[in-house]
Order: sequence, then structure tokens, then C-alpha cells
Amino acid sequence: MYHEPGYGRPGMAPLRRGPLALAVLVCALAVAGCGAQVKDGGGEGPASGTPGVTADSIKVGILHSLSGTMAISEVSVRDAELLAIEEINRSGGVLGKKIEPVVEDGASDWPTFAEKAQKLISSDNVAATFGGWTSASRKAMLPVFERNKSLLYYPVQYEGLEASPYIFYSGATTNQQIIPGLEYLKEQGKTRVFLLGSDYVFPRTANKEIKAWAKANGMEILGEEYTPLGNTEYSTTINKIKAAKPDAVFNTLNGDSNVAFFKQLKAAAVTPRQLPVLSVSVAEEEVRGIGAAQIAGHPVAWNYYQSTDEPKNAEFVKAYKGKYGADRVTDDPIEAGYVQVQLWAKAVNKAGTTNVEKVKQASKGLTYEAPEGKVTVDGENQHLYKTPRIGVVQPDGLIKEVSTADEPVKPDPYLKTYPWAKGL
Amino acid sequence: MATESQAARGEGAPSTGAIARPTGDSPWAGAGWFVVAAIVLLVVAPLLLSDFRLNLMAKFLCFAILAVGIAFAWGKGGMLVLGQGIFFGLGGYCVAMFLKLEEAGPGQLPDFMVWSGVEQLPLLWRPFQHAWFALPAAVLLPMGIAALLGALVFRQRVRGAYFAILTQALAAAFVIILVGQQQLTGGTNGLTNITAMFNLDLTNAGNQRGLYVIVACVLGGAFLLVRHLSRSRYGRLLVAVRDSEDRVRFLGYNPTTIKVIAFATSAGLAGLAGAFFVPVVGIISPTMLGIVPSIEMVIWVALGGRASLVGAVIGALVVNWAKTGLSEQFPSGWLYLEGALFIAVVAFAPKGIAGLAELWRKRAGRSEGAPGALPRSPLGRLAGFARARRGGPDRLEKEPTA
Repeated sequence: MYHEPGYGRPGMAPLRRGPLALAVLVCALAVAGCGAQVKDGGGEGPASGTPGVTADSIKVGILHSLSGTMAISEVSVRDAELLAIEEINRSGGVLGKKIEPVVEDGASDWPTFAEKAQKLISSDNVAATFGGWTSASRKAMLPVFERNKSLLYYPVQYEGLEASPYIFYSGATTNQQIIPGLEYLKEQGKTRVFLLGSDYVFPRTANKEIKAWAKANGMEILGEEYTPLGNTEYSTTINKIKAAKPDAVFNTLNGDSNVAFFKQLKAAAVTPRQLPVLSVSVAEEEVRGIGAAQIAGHPVAWNYYQSTDEPKNAEFVKAYKGKYGADRVTDDPIEAGYVQVQLWAKAVNKAGTTNVEKVKQASKGLTYEAPEGKVTVDGENQHLYKTPRIGVVQPDGLIKEVSTADEPVKPDPYLKTYPWAKGL
Repeated sequence: MATESQAARGEGAPSTGAIARPTGDSPWAGAGWFVVAAIVLLVVAPLLLSDFRLNLMAKFLCFAILAVGIAFAWGKGGMLVLGQGIFFGLGGYCVAMFLKLEEAGPGQLPDFMVWSGVEQLPLLWRPFQHAWFALPAAVLLPMGIAALLGALVFRQRVRGAYFAILTQALAAAFVIILVGQQQLTGGTNGLTNITAMFNLDLTNAGNQRGLYVIVACVLGGAFLLVRHLSRSRYGRLLVAVRDSEDRVRFLGYNPTTIKVIAFATSAGLAGLAGAFFVPVVGIISPTMLGIVPSIEMVIWVALGGRASLVGAVIGALVVNWAKTGLSEQFPSGWLYLEGALFIAVVAFAPKGIAGLAELWRKRAGRSEGAPGALPRSPLGRLAGFARARRGGPDRLEKEPTA
């Protein structure tokens, strides 16, 4: 109905006074509301006591992107975490109680991660939360966990330069992945390197560290190129790389861009023998997306592969495929997701409580025989001792280890023990 | 404003419709409902909701401020704004930049710049050290950009789908710039870990409750402002431009100015919403501002009923509570449920919740059938309170000569 007949109003004056009077009233109510706040303000923080414990279960949060662009990666980590919970429950649970996962969707949206983290802590009173993938999601959740003094277990390799007292970092930090990757290239006689990455915090920070390392170790950086996340046009970049004539490319591209880059690299007739491209964000799951034929022969750096020859791995791969299908693969972040749940359960059993400070205390120096081999929690920065492994992508899509460190490397997120990293 | 002539016309209004005249025409119409809403938001909600839920409510009220702006530009002005994320983001980033600098302290750099290897405060950031610049800029910058854009676009008579696509392209470009200029903007991470404002600890539950009350009052203010604009002569002109731009032009008005004012107002409200979003949520990032979130914002308003300001507010609250509630209950399937909700509204209530309420009100009115005093259902009155008076073109024709 567009034309309402007979409108009209009794002059302008009341219109002006009306809202004013209302505004006064609203202010009065606001004061009342503020008064109400005092009465209601005494909520107890979840940090105290033993969070998550109910009569017959212990609640934990699982917070990954189940929708949006990151879902493709994060869903399999959630699956690994649920697998770990199922296995622990089958063997008696934690403190004699079953673990009860509360799953939330971070929706690939960083403020949503913060909201859901807060919800898990305040509404569900979880004992700990396992979640996140991108550095952005971790940065969004960090203040929430620190503020509430609640625990987050984060399963993905990242750029370092962080050590929150309320986060356990189950993925590799720089000195367990990137530096071993650089050392591998140097061993192979590749000393002229080109840096290629997506334009966000991880590649930029990683490349800053790489340049410092290169300077101290006689490696020459011929160029540094960033493309937007999701970029799929690489012919110009490939021409630039060709013109610079490097021995190798250090690749920190993320997500879909890898598909386009490796395809176009192959189309440009650049073979892995001529120009190996070492990637730090391409694991078995991503190889499936890129297509094994496009990337076969290129090296990658991680701490775990599906093919890793450790006593516990065969069992883990079998359990994962048994639960989720034979066509699924395991990879580094998936394994880290599984390991971090096991580590938390061990720490709680050791502490005899879910109390956050006691679990942190019990975690110090905790060891676990993981599918990737023995891991140990560093008490100081709450990262893991992990074994760096360099692998080469095989035509069947799996990754074969070509170089493995003798023992797990101590995590050093701030690269304090490396003289070349001074001033980073 | 032609106070006298309007008053005269008001009294001398055609008597044909006097009986059916909705009480919504009085400036006081719905005042009771406004007070009820204020009591619910300011007294009942803080008493009933936990700190966490109240903080969520504050976030949704920010969205409601933005929705009021969309309802004005789109519902009243017919401009389908598919890029409100830009203005929301501008407002948010203005405040976040100020807060990050305040947190870092004088002469220091925000944490993400240190990671990105920036050694000196970039020129772009300098003015945001000062609250007197950053806080007004959160509203004025979006308004200025919208006014400039509107002036360029509306003068060329770009409208309808073309205007919508243009705003959307801008949202996409805006996100690419933010992500690309990591050392300036924090890239995909955005600006995070905002924990204090004017030395007040934003993580403190009491302060967050205070902030909630302020946001609720700002929403009330924004609502009254837009309601006043809609009911003024300008508001009627805006609706006339929506219905027949050429006709208004022939009458000697300049539709460009009329549309620019509405577009800039909606952008200013989006900036205001972003400015409050930052201290409430503690983070602003490009994922909040792109094409998809911008479309979501329009969906809130469509669901609530774009022709009604109250509808827009209710739409923003309902959709966001539903999103939170559904995703908590069904973490892997909530998107389907939300989609189903949207489809249901489009299929069964194309005018949104406010349209349903109006229908209900009319039915109730017919069944009681008392002439003169039109009985109204509470929701219907709620909708009628804010519903635009739609003076048809015929009335406008008389206006210049009145």
C-alpha cells in the first residue's frame, strides 16, 4: 500500500519535543541498567577450580572452520581430534570419566572464532579447547583464552614469535620446519634462492627470518614475491623466477594458489630437477588438491608424513582410514590434532585434575610416543620438541622422506638460540 | 521546513481517509513501544543475560545500527547497498587504529607492525594517535566517501542493479587493499587484541556491561534520527525518488542530492556500528567487510522487512541470534538451517517480519471492526511506529505549490 489516505499531523512542535523527551527517558533507563550491572557483576571466572568436569564426563571444546574457505583443511583436523577422543574414551577416558567434545564452527571468520571460544569457555565451561588453523584465527582467539585463563591447543605449524601462557602449540615453529628446509637446500648445493609467498602474516614473517638466515649462511636471496591469498595467475611470477635464475624456490604460498602455481610451473616446462620448489604449506591433503602429477618430485618440509616409519604411525593411519574411509590421507596438521588431544589427556591424568594451572604444570616435560615419533612438551614456551623431516612428493600423492633429523629439535619460537636472528 | 503550511495541510487533510488513518502518523505513535523496547534492552536484558550473552547482544545491536542505515537507503530510498561492509570496516578500522596506538603507548608501534618489520609509524596512522580525530573520523570518513561516490554515481543516473554491483565491487576492492597492505592494516589478521579504551579495561565484565548500555542508547538515537528523517519532508521526497525519480526531477528537485544524503546517512550509521563493534568484540578484520558479509547485512534487513526501521532492527537481531544459536546446536549443519530460514521468508513473507506483523494487525483490525479507533496488535503497532509514511507522488505534486 503506497498511498495512505488522510495523513497529517498536528504541527511540528511535538515532533521536536517527542524524541527529546524520549532521549531523557532513555538516559534514565540507562542509569537503571548500569545499576543493574553491579548486582549481576559477580560472575565466577572459569579458570578457577576444575573446568569441564560434570558428573560422568569432562567437556572439551573443538573449534575449527566447518564452513567457509578453510573448511577443506580444518574438517580433517577435527576428525583426527574426534578420533583421539574416541580412542581415549574406549580405554577408560580421563580421570575415570568420558571426554565429551563440544564442537563449534569457526566459519573461517576470525571474530567468529573469538565468539565461539568465549562461548565454549563461558557457556560450556570446557576444560580445554582444541582448534584453529590460520594464524589469523589464533590471533583472534589468543586474547579470549588469556583473559579467561583457559587452555587452547593449536595444531598447525606457524611463523613463531609467539608464546602465550594459555596456548599449547602442537605444530612446528620456525626452527623445526623452515630452518631445516633451508639447511636441506644448502646441503643440496642450492644457494641461490627465490622466495615466493602469499601476502599475509605467515609468509612475510617467515621470509624475514629466511633472509636473516641466508645472510649468515652464505645463501643468496635473488627475489621476494608476494601474491594475494587466492591468487591463481602465476605466469608473470614464473617469468620473474626464470629471469632471476635461482637454484631453488622457497614456497610459502597457501591454499588454492598452490594448485595454480604448480600447474603453471609444469606448463612452463620447469622440472623439479632444474628448479626444486620447497613448500612448507603443502602436505598430503594439499597434494590431493594440486594433483600428484603436477607437484611430484618437489620437496616439502614437515614433521610427519603418512609414510613416516615410526612404531605408532601404522596404527594411527589404520585407525584414521578405518573411521573415515580408505581414500582419506593423514598429514602433519591432522597428526598434530590427534597428538594434542592425547597430550592434554595425559597431562590431566598426571595432574589428577582439569585445573588449568595444574594441567600446565603437569604438561612440563611430558612425553608422548606419537605417530611422528617421540614428542616432548617444552615447559618454557609450551611448544613441542619435534623431529624435522624433509620429504619429496611421489607420483602416487604420498610423500617420501629423504632427510630426517637424528632427534627431536627443541622449539625456539623467538629464535633466541640463533645468533643470526638477533634483531628480528 | 514549511512548518506552517504543513500544519495547515495536516489539519485540512482530506477527510475521506480520516477513519482509516493509522495512528502511526502522529510523531508520538509508538512512543509506548519505544519505551517498552528500551526497558527490555536496558533493564531486562542486562538482568537476564550472562556476561557472554550480553556481549553478544551488544555486538548484534551494533549490527542493528547498521541495519537501520540500510533500511533507510534501501527501504526508503530504493538504493540496494551491497557494500555496507566498506563503511562498517572504515568505522571499525578508524577506532581500532586509535586503540592500537593508545595501547602501544606514545612513540611505540602496534604489535603487528613490529612483526611486519615496520620501523616508523606510517604517515597514514599518524592522525589516528588522537581521539579527537579518530573517533569522529569513524563516522565522517564513511559519510564523506559515500557522499563523494554517491555524487559521482547518482549524477550519472546509475541506479538499480548497476549501483548494487558497483558497491559490491568496491567491497571486494577494499578487502584486497586491506589484505595486501599488511604492514599498514594487519592484513588478513586484521587488528586484534584490543583490550582497553581510554584506560578502561574492555575485558572487564562491568565495563562491557556499561558499553552495552551505551550501544543500546546509540541504537535508540540512530533509530529516532532516521525515523525523524523518514517522516520529514525530506523523507517523503526520498520515497518519491525511489518510486519515480524522473517525476521528482521534473518537479524541480534534484534527485542526486536527495539520494546522496540518504546514502551518506546509511554509510555514517555503518561507520558508527563499526566504531562500536571494535571495543565490543575486540577485533576487526577483513573477513567482516567483504562481499559475503555485505550481502548478509542486506539479508538481515530483507528478513526483517526493508520498508520498516523496526523490521530492520528485528531482522538484524533475529538473524544473528539464529546464526549463533543454530551454529551452537548444529555446528556442521547450521548453514542449511539458516538458508532454509531465508528461503521461508522469501517464499512466505516477502515483506519480512514487519510485513507479517502488518498483515496480522490488519486482520485483527478487520475482525474487531470498530470504526474510528483502529485496534492494533502489539507487533503491528511496533511496525507501524516506524513505517514510513508513504506520501504518494500525487501529494508531492501539490507540495511545491502549497
